Amino acid sequence: MFVSSANAASTTETVAQTDTHGTPEAAVPGATPDAHAAETHTETGVPHQQGVFPPFDSSHFASQILWLAVTFAAFYLFLSRVVLPRIGGIIETRRDRIATDLDQAARMKQDSDDAFAAYEQELADAKKKAGGIAQTARDEAKAKADAEQADISAALEKKLSDAEASIAAIKDKAMKEVGTIAEDTASEIVKKILGGSIDKASISAAVKAVRG
Amino acid sequence: MSNDPIHQFHITKWIPIDLGGIDLSFTNSSAFMVATVGVASAFLYLTSSNRGLIPTRLQSISEMAYEFVASTLRESAGNAGMKFFPFVFSLFMFVLVANMLGMFPYFFTVTSQIIVTFALALLVIGTVLAYGFAKHGFKFLGVFIPSGVPAPLLLLVVPIEIISFLSRPISLSVRLFANMLAGHITLKVFAGFVASLSALGALGIGGAVLPLAMTVALTGLEFLVAFLQAYVFTVLTCMYLNDAVHPGGH
Repeated sequence: MFVSSANAASTTETVAQTDTHGTPEAAVPGATPDAHAAETHTETGVPHQQGVFPPFDSSHFASQILWLAVTFAAFYLFLSRVVLPRIGGIIETRRDRIATDLDQAARMKQDSDDAFAAYEQELADAKKKAGGIAQTARDEAKAKADAEQADISAALEKKLSDAEASIAAIKDKAMKEVGTIAEDTASEIVKKILGGSIDKASISAAVKAVRG
Repeated sequence: MSNDPIHQFHITKWIPIDLGGIDLSFTNSSAFMVATVGVASAFLYLTSSNRGLIPTRLQSISEMAYEFVASTLRESAGNAGMKFFPFVFSLFMFVLVANMLGMFPYFFTVTSQIIVTFALALLVIGTVLAYGFAKHGFKFLGVFIPSGVPAPLLLLVVPIEIISFLSRPISLSVRLFANMLAGHITLKVFAGFVASLSALGALGIGGAVLPLAMTVALTGLEFLVAFLQAYVFTVLTCMYLNDAVHPGGH
């Protein structure tokens, strides 16, 4: 339907074209024989003018449409049945694969984060434990040192007090003997000076008086 | 003949087929449709055959095309539009490879035929209409009623919307067709200058440097246009499909 109407339009156009300007095809003597053959033969039997602008030459419209329909339909069927599912499948597979890989990477990162956190935790525990051990050791050592120091100072204290006691005893004893020595010395001195002996009682009384 | 910039668009019959008076010959255009489909299919099939988890360079090209079209469609028509993904991807690859094959010297450009691009555009609009009415019934007509427009203004807006909808297949097809046609003609004209100028002797050869530089630059531009037009065709297709999926959503 479309072809026939277009055909009619084209014949008038043909006339117009030949009228207005000399056709390039006619100007060249001996145009290609195949072009001749193509243009003189039409479905209507009307010989076409040489000057028809080829894209508007309606004598080929039917054949063009038929072959376009055949080739495009075949192309469409081939693409929609074979090629596009395949390319789509490739892209889909790749997208899935990338998604899985990303998931796996995320999971692995989670694992490594967990491991790192566990390591940190363990490290903190170990540090705390080490600190505890060090503290105990320090405390123990300190306690021991304190105890030893206390022992030693107690022993020294005791020695000191012993020594003080013995010094005091010795001093007492010496002080006690000072009187006798003084009496002896005095009686000796008196004996030497006076040449006689004086009774002990008076001497010791005198010494006592001197010593107060 | 060699300097005729239109010659490259001529259709020649390779295998004449006449069915009940209708010419259905296998032409050079048909051959390049087959080549387009063959090259695109073979490339996509072979590069993805390893199903490598780590793609090779060629495999990543196929995957990039896949992701590119998928994201374009998803952005325009949402997840509900993804049921059209094979259709949109086929359109994109067909137009792109047809445009790119057309960049080879002596090759035929399938997308420089208005009937080819128009048929593709009709296919898109037909899909939009068929799916829209099948899915939403008469609610699909909501596509012509923009939301938030006061009722009196609708009298004006709705006809505009209808005209804009009807002009879509034309704009969609003419944009691609005209870009490919104009680009190839320009390229051929400048390349023709190089040949005709250098036939004029030493001075001509010196002068031919300019159109040669232009031809080189235009070739680069045409590669860009070849990709860009395939992309634009795809993006517009996605936007039109969005109307079918979400009518009245704009």
